[in-house]
Parts: sequence; C-alpha cells; structure tokens
Amino acid sequence: MQNRSLISINDYSKEEILRVLDLAGEFEQNPSQDILRNQVIATLFFEPSTRTRLSFESAVNRLGGKIIGFSDSSSSSSTKGESLKDTIKTVSNYSDLIVMRHPIEGSARYASEIGMVPIVNAGDGANQHPTQTLLDLYSIRKTQGTLENLNIFIVGDLKYGRTVHSLLMAMARFNATFYFISPKELRIPAEYKMFLDQRNLKYYEQIDFRDIVGEADIIYMTRVQKERFSDPIEYEKTKNAYVLKNSMLEGTRDNLKILHPLPRVNEISTDVDDNEKAYYFTQALNGVYTRQAIISLILGLKN
Amino acid sequence: MAKDIKQLKVSAIKNGTVIDHIPANNLFKVINILGLDKIDNQITFGTNLESKKLGFKAIVKISDKFFVDEEINRIALAAPEAKLNIIRRYQVEEKKEVIVPDEFTGIVKCVNPKCITNNDDVKQKFRVISKKEVSLKCHYCEKITDQAHMVFI
Repeated sequence: MQNRSLISINDYSKEEILRVLDLAGEFEQNPSQDILRNQVIATLFFEPSTRTRLSFESAVNRLGGKIIGFSDSSSSSSTKGESLKDTIKTVSNYSDLIVMRHPIEGSARYASEIGMVPIVNAGDGANQHPTQTLLDLYSIRKTQGTLENLNIFIVGDLKYGRTVHSLLMAMARFNATFYFISPKELRIPAEYKMFLDQRNLKYYEQIDFRDIVGEADIIYMTRVQKERFSDPIEYEKTKNAYVLKNSMLEGTRDNLKILHPLPRVNEISTDVDDNEKAYYFTQALNGVYTRQAIISLILGLKN
Repeated sequence: MAKDIKQLKVSAIKNGTVIDHIPANNLFKVINILGLDKIDNQITFGTNLESKKLGFKAIVKISDKFFVDEEINRIALAAPEAKLNIIRRYQVEEKKEVIVPDEFTGIVKCVNPKCITNNDDVKQKFRVISKKEVSLKCHYCEKITDQAHMVFI
C-alpha cells in the first residue's frame, strides 16, 4: 500500500482491506501517535464536505502532522481558471500526500496519474469514496466480530447512492447476503445485480422491510432525496416507508446495528438515537481511526 | 467470374492493405480512427456495396501502408467483422481479422456527462469488459458504456 494512491475500494485486495481495519483497531486503542511529525498533508476540497474534511484533519492532527489546503473551490485558484492538472502538480510540491474531494467523476484517478505524491480520494462526484467504505467495514466488523456471511440491509436511495455501491462491492468479498430496500424509482442498478449474480451471492429486493427486518445483522440507511423522484406524488406516497422508527426495531436481532453515512435528515427518527442498536455516531468516530490507518500505511509509517 | 466484376468496383492495389467488410454506415468512422484523412498514401474506397453478410458494406484500399495489430484493432468497435488483406505485388500475402482489444484510449466518448474525460482535457481510456456485445468500463469514472450508447469521437 505504501506510496499507492487510494482512489477506489477496488484498488485494495481483501488482505489489504483487512490490514487497514486491523491498524484502525490499533489506532482506536491508541489514537494519539506522533508518527506524522514533519509531514504535510494537503486537503483539497473542490466542493465542500465539512464532515469528511474534519474527519481527515482530525486524523492528521492526532498523528502530529501538518495540514494545508482549502475547504471549497471558491478559496482556491481554480476560480481563476487553473486546471485540475496544474493545481495537483503544484500542490504535489508542497505536500507528502493529497486528500482530494472533487465533483467531477474520475478526477481523483486522473490526479493520481499526474501528481508526484499519493492521492486519497475523499469523494469524486457520484463515483467513489473509499475511505467511507473502509470505515463502514470497520464498523461492521467491530460490531459483528466478523465480516463474513452477514445479512446486510441497505435502505433508501440505492440508485444514486455512492456509499451503497462501494459497500456492496466490498462486502461481496465476504459472502454477504444483501437485502435491497428502496422505492421502485431508486432501485439498485442492474450492473450491481449482475456483479452479485456472477459471484453467486444472494440478494433480495423489497420495497418495504418491516416484515423481514428480523433477519438483519446490519441496517445501512441512506437518505431518499425528494429531487430524485420524477413524480412528486410517488415521493409523498413512499417516503414514510424509508424512515426508520424505534418501534420498528422490536424483535430484531441482538447483534443488529444501524449504520448511516451521515448527514441524516429525517430517514432515521431521533427516537432511534438512544437505542443501543444505533451506531451511526460511533461509525463517524471510527472514520478518524480508519483514516489514520490509511494515511499511515500509504506514507509507510506503519506496515 | 462474378467475383472478378465485383472486385473491379474498387481498383486493385500493388502493395498495401485492403480493409473489407466494413459496415457501410461506419466507413467514415473507420477512416477517422485510422487517421486515413491525414496521410499522403493513395487511398481508394467504395461504399454501399452489396454484401450478403452486412447488407451494405464498404471497402478501403490503402497503398503502401501496413498496419501493426494494435493500430488496426482500434477499428474493432466500428467494424467488428472487418477482414484485412495484406497485398504485395497484387497478391494477397496475408489475411487478418480484427480483434477487440482489452484496453484502449480515445475512439469513443464516455457515456457519463460528469466524467472527467467529458469535462477536462483528459483522453478517454477504457477497459473492455465484454467483447461479444461490446461494453466498456471507463478507467476514470468507472461507468459502463455499452454498444447502444457508443459515440465515436
């Protein structure tokens, strides 16, 4: 992993994923380690993402590193018309690793081909956000004790949800069974079903999950956005089926945990927050350990 | 005898390459992909010729030009059934078929309007994930462009 950019979750083998998770566990035990002293990490956020940026910056700070960068493109020279290529080439001179978020899909892969330092993709449009996937996997393994043979419920916008697609690709390596719960308009795209078929993995598609929620080991909630619907009446009719309420968790498995990439709007009712099965805030904390692990491995500070 | 008459529609060449069985409506794509509009060699072509296999086909004859396989395989997307005859001294010296490559750059656009190759000065790059019904995965945005949505550059 040393000196290699992390652009897509598929860039890492199963063994490499597990190595990241093991190391993230070590950082959870001992979060403040001064191993990044004298190193400079650039965080280039061409579109704002406060949560992701703060999580990366927290990770770097806990490792004793320094941060340079910008939090949206209006404070960068791209507003003056500088190309992505020139920005990356320049910032490569100033930093040891670049964390980058950009609205254009494929921009991170391109940056990794022109930059002189490794790139960590912090989201390229609707394409990939691999550190989110790794922190999701860390959260799943930590709460379930394993990644193998789990029943994963994924609820909400399965058509456009970037985190959903990456999670699916990653969990497919661990023999998961998937339950896709979404309105008809936001169903999981055919290419992902083909991907699962090719690997002989089981999956179910449902428009409602109240009857089957007792099977779940993990419920991964995502936001159903009104603007994704072509028909507003359809949205009004279906929106309540994708709000998780505390009462729906009766009779669910003891090991069940509820995950959400955040920010949440109303798809998880606040009465779920006090349920011990709610895990989304701890999941966000796990993001710091996971990013500490990723940065340390890429910079060769751990192996 | 009938064969002789058909071949006369596009005059024979002494040395060079004959590309036959190009779908008639893709002739100019093939010319474009191979850059035939930018070379000085003598080129003759015929199009809308009757073909049992393709309905209407096109044929191109390029004098004194011999392609390497990687070069010629680039036309596989526009003319998957193309046949090549390598001609030396008016004789067919070798016959070749095109093979869909595993990866290539350029030729077609990525289907995703938000892809960096459609927004910045970045050359398209694809991995071929299916060769029968050709389907391409973008190296950058990872979206899939299928045969029905292929737009040639």
